[in-house]
Amino acid sequence: MKLLVCIKQVPDAKDVRLDPVTNTLAREGVDSIMNPYDRHALEEAVAIREQLGGMVSVITMGPPQAEAVLREAIACGADEGVLVSDRAFAGADTWATAYTLAFAAQALGAFDLILCGKQAIDGDTAQVGPGLACRLQIPYVTCVQKTRHVSRDAIEVERMMDDGYDVVRLPLPALLTVVKDINEPRVASLKGKMKAKKATIRQLSAADIGADPLCIGLTGSPTQVVRVFSPEARGDRMMFSGNVQQQVEQLVACLKNHL
Amino acid sequence: MDYFFTEHQQMIIDTAREITNEKIIPVRAELDEKNEFPKEILQDIAKADLFSIFVPEEYGGFGGGCYEIVLAMEELARGCVGVATSFAASALGIFPVLIAGSDEQKQKYLPDIAAGTRWAAFGLTEANAGSDASGIQTTAVLDGDEWVLNGTKQWITNGGEAQIYTIIALTDPSKGARGASIFVVEDGDPGFSYGKKEDKMGIRSSATRELILKDCRIPKDRLVGKRGTGFITVMKTLDVSRPGIASLGIGLAQAALDEAVVYAKQRVQFGKPIIAFQAVQHMLADMAIQVEAGRALVYAAARHIDAHPKNMSKASSMCKVFATDMAMKVTTDAVQVLGGYGYMKEYPVEKMMRDAKILQIYEGTNQIQRNVIGQELNKEYS
Repeated sequence: MKLLVCIKQVPDAKDVRLDPVTNTLAREGVDSIMNPYDRHALEEAVAIREQLGGMVSVITMGPPQAEAVLREAIACGADEGVLVSDRAFAGADTWATAYTLAFAAQALGAFDLILCGKQAIDGDTAQVGPGLACRLQIPYVTCVQKTRHVSRDAIEVERMMDDGYDVVRLPLPALLTVVKDINEPRVASLKGKMKAKKATIRQLSAADIGADPLCIGLTGSPTQVVRVFSPEARGDRMMFSGNVQQQVEQLVACLKNHL
Repeated sequence: MDYFFTEHQQMIIDTAREITNEKIIPVRAELDEKNEFPKEILQDIAKADLFSIFVPEEYGGFGGGCYEIVLAMEELARGCVGVATSFAASALGIFPVLIAGSDEQKQKYLPDIAAGTRWAAFGLTEANAGSDASGIQTTAVLDGDEWVLNGTKQWITNGGEAQIYTIIALTDPSKGARGASIFVVEDGDPGFSYGKKEDKMGIRSSATRELILKDCRIPKDRLVGKRGTGFITVMKTLDVSRPGIASLGIGLAQAALDEAVVYAKQRVQFGKPIIAFQAVQHMLADMAIQVEAGRALVYAAARHIDAHPKNMSKASSMCKVFATDMAMKVTTDAVQVLGGYGYMKEYPVEKMMRDAKILQIYEGTNQIQRNVIGQELNKEYS
């Protein structure tokens, strides 16, 4: 079983601040961590490998310092780390990121299963996983809360829904994005940390993956961030009580007062 | 303070710290309340390779010394002494094999211990043999190719949960302590069963249980070391293990200090955070001095033991007494700093105070440790 886990280095959410002048994320002095959802994707991949054998590769697109999360992933059980890094990738939106990861994945060979976190805690878009699957033309399921059964040619999973879950069976190769309920990630082991320290991280540039320069980075990104700002604090909240009729009457009265 | 750890030692500390923060602290109150053995946490500890610290490299371990064990245990105890005790008891249980076992016995047991797939326990204490270990009454008689063990062990940590037990029994009752030998008894051996499970004041997540040996038959090759050398091996085992108990005191006291300082900064009385009052400040300062002094002594003793394995009793006993008496004092003071809140189960310090008490009692009471130190002084000055 060849497994690929897509991970992202993100600022530690406990520490996020906006630069008041530029209105961009202040990254100076802010710790970087592996996106928390991606830790669960990695744990699931490692657990599947422990069950069926095979190899877990982790990939990240990012600046050179993103190598740290790849080493962390190796310490937590991954077999190899691949850093997709090039100045030309800078400023990529989810469209260009999915394009880049798809080319990188293809450059690495064929995978049976690709796992991603549901979303990254910095952008919160949840688009890269599905985007990557579409680029690779493989089936995908988002918000997976449990792997029910996995074999060499198919996987059956539970997709979390608001009011329960769907059971989805899909042929491999496929892509899953996972939620935190799926597992409890392990603590990096001593042997894993020693392996991570010595591991060689493979680097792939835009040229290495054969990407079209017009489709990557800022140039290849149809969405552009115009402005980032801290939202103003919300106004007062009101709770209406009583039966539905009474609550609607209270709401209408309240809205009229504000017109 | 900076203790200038090696990269490898720092890796051990970081790993144990992650286990404590992610796996132990979120569930410790529930484990304490339910008297529940931390099986899943021990499995997490195993996956993180911490059980391999005290196993030599040739048997699949990291070949760490007393110092490395102490560093890991301190961090685990910062989370919960009950969990840390369960971990420590596996080390204690296998030390006799490490110290006196044959190569075959080491090959048979140590790789599983290092991987954390099997846990160990140490069976010395009996109803009439506590501080006076020579009072044991369990016997072992050779019958053909088998040893037949009879007796009851009491208050055995990891009892009923471990798979490998080192049992001290008399092979020659007429010689007293010199007639004692050590045997490996495995879970499932015929005639071996578990008795009463204890309901304790503290370290409630650890399992403390009776072991019952009733015509328990085990193969001849389960004797550890030579016949009649059991008591010497027990003394050596406890010399190596006591700094581990001392480090539980350090981790626990550090946790209590952390809680007390955080609370003192938040709690406002008479218009000020209570840390602004000198009466509270001085208590916190004394706690911090004691914790750091204890830590320095434990680390120094552990390094001494690693460097001088034949001359370790005094250092081992000194650090055990100081660190565990200190932990009792510091956890009691932490409850005092938190006042009424400290006495309530909503805050973790009441559990810390309950957990601290056993450290002064088990693996040799602090009174027995003072005896050891006194006897060593007597020898040194003769």
